[in-house]
Amino acid sequence: MNDSPLPFFAAGTDPGASFVDLLRRVAPDKVPGATTGTGTLGPEITHGTTIVAVRYDRGVVMAGDRRATAGTLIASRRIEKVFPADDFSGVAIAGAAGPAVELVRLFQVQLEHYEKIEGAPLSLEGKANQLAGLVRANLPAAMQGFVVVPLFAGFDERRDRGRVFSYDATGGKYEEADFQATGSGGIHARNWIKAQWAEGMTRDAAVDLALRALFAAADEDSATGGPDLVRRIFPVVATIDAAGYHALEVEEIGTRAEALLGGREEGAGL
Amino acid sequence: MSMPFYVSPEQVMKDRADYARKGIARGRSLVAFSTRDGIVIVAENPSRTLYKISEIYDRIAFAGVGKYNEFEMLRIAGVRQADVKGYSFAREDVNARSLANAYAQTLGQVFTHEMKPYEVEILVAQVGERPDADEMFHILYDGTVMDEQGFTVLGGQAETIADLLRPQVTADLDRDGAIRLGAGALASEGETLGAASLEVAFLDRRRTRRAFVRVRGDDLVAVLAGD
Repeated sequence: MNDSPLPFFAAGTDPGASFVDLLRRVAPDKVPGATTGTGTLGPEITHGTTIVAVRYDRGVVMAGDRRATAGTLIASRRIEKVFPADDFSGVAIAGAAGPAVELVRLFQVQLEHYEKIEGAPLSLEGKANQLAGLVRANLPAAMQGFVVVPLFAGFDERRDRGRVFSYDATGGKYEEADFQATGSGGIHARNWIKAQWAEGMTRDAAVDLALRALFAAADEDSATGGPDLVRRIFPVVATIDAAGYHALEVEEIGTRAEALLGGREEGAGL
Repeated sequence: MSMPFYVSPEQVMKDRADYARKGIARGRSLVAFSTRDGIVIVAENPSRTLYKISEIYDRIAFAGVGKYNEFEMLRIAGVRQADVKGYSFAREDVNARSLANAYAQTLGQVFTHEMKPYEVEILVAQVGERPDADEMFHILYDGTVMDEQGFTVLGGQAETIADLLRPQVTADLDRDGAIRLGAGALASEGETLGAASLEVAFLDRRRTRRAFVRVRGDDLVAVLAGD
């Protein structure tokens, strides 16, 4: 069966349900981070900035601003940093945009691949560990300056609650109790959330809190994009609960953003 | 030194084909319909966990009859092929035709070169935007590929079941109608197949990404009772 156009493996070399291991066997050049140069690039590569995840009573909300920077320039006003990982989890990215987007793509395929091969989806903890492996595999690139730090959040069907995981550049995985924010404006966003977060808050309150936290970050951090009422560019917001991953419509986010600003477009303390 | 007896290639191929057909005929059959709502696949399968019908990719499903371990191996190879292709290029570049060709080549090679042929028949189905864009490839144990329109039957009793279905399959068949029609056609004389002995899957034409859904449990009971 060695001449078959389909990938078959002998016992012992079978990659099982792992897509990354499969890719290493059949197309090693397509594994992200497989080829690295020497030396470093300057800060002019595209960077994604602030992302947040907030747990609420029945799930978790994820949000990210829309700015990407390249050094002191704005590389994009409309980049998206929050993606569905599968039906019940989402991943948000901060750091070097190129490797981060590739990492998300690989992670999405990995989860779907496992589900199809095994006939059942991974546990939420299993998904979080998979992402840790992918971040760790990016370590050589991170050493050269292409750091990718995602946030992972999802609805744990076995525990019936939302959960949030953060990562560091070495692939370290840390479960957060209630919320986390990362990226260049992450510290400002996190402080805002920390002051306002309450156990048992509703979905609407959590969405508003995530938006406010991003606006606060945009006020303090030049690399984080604020709400653009002229061009109608608002953060990407998604909620994940027992019904699954749901990305909010732009109209709803726009309406909420305007209500939050409440005529204070001058921006005095939000 | 003993001389091996001469056996004509015709005889070798016939023996292999008979062997494969006998193996397939021992298992139960499976039907697939291209309907208004999408592609419906119905199999007689009392197991809740060992599936005959599975998802390969966004709009592509796989179904097999015959020896479970053999078509399961083919299914996994298909998922791997599709996922690697979709990751290397783009999701929309994965299609049923090239997958069906890969399966046909594999089965053909096994049939002529290996000790024993695979005792399987498989279906690779892809739902299109409209019913006339649906594709159903029926692949036999020796690598023969048939491009089927409207409906197809896999398994030992394929001819009989197909003859039964032909006058009943119409262009305005919907999902539920097809499930009931399939369940009726798979049942032998004087018997009805309940939800517990059926495996039903559906490629939903309206879904934007992963079109594959299983119809089971209370949903299936309701559909079967909805005559």
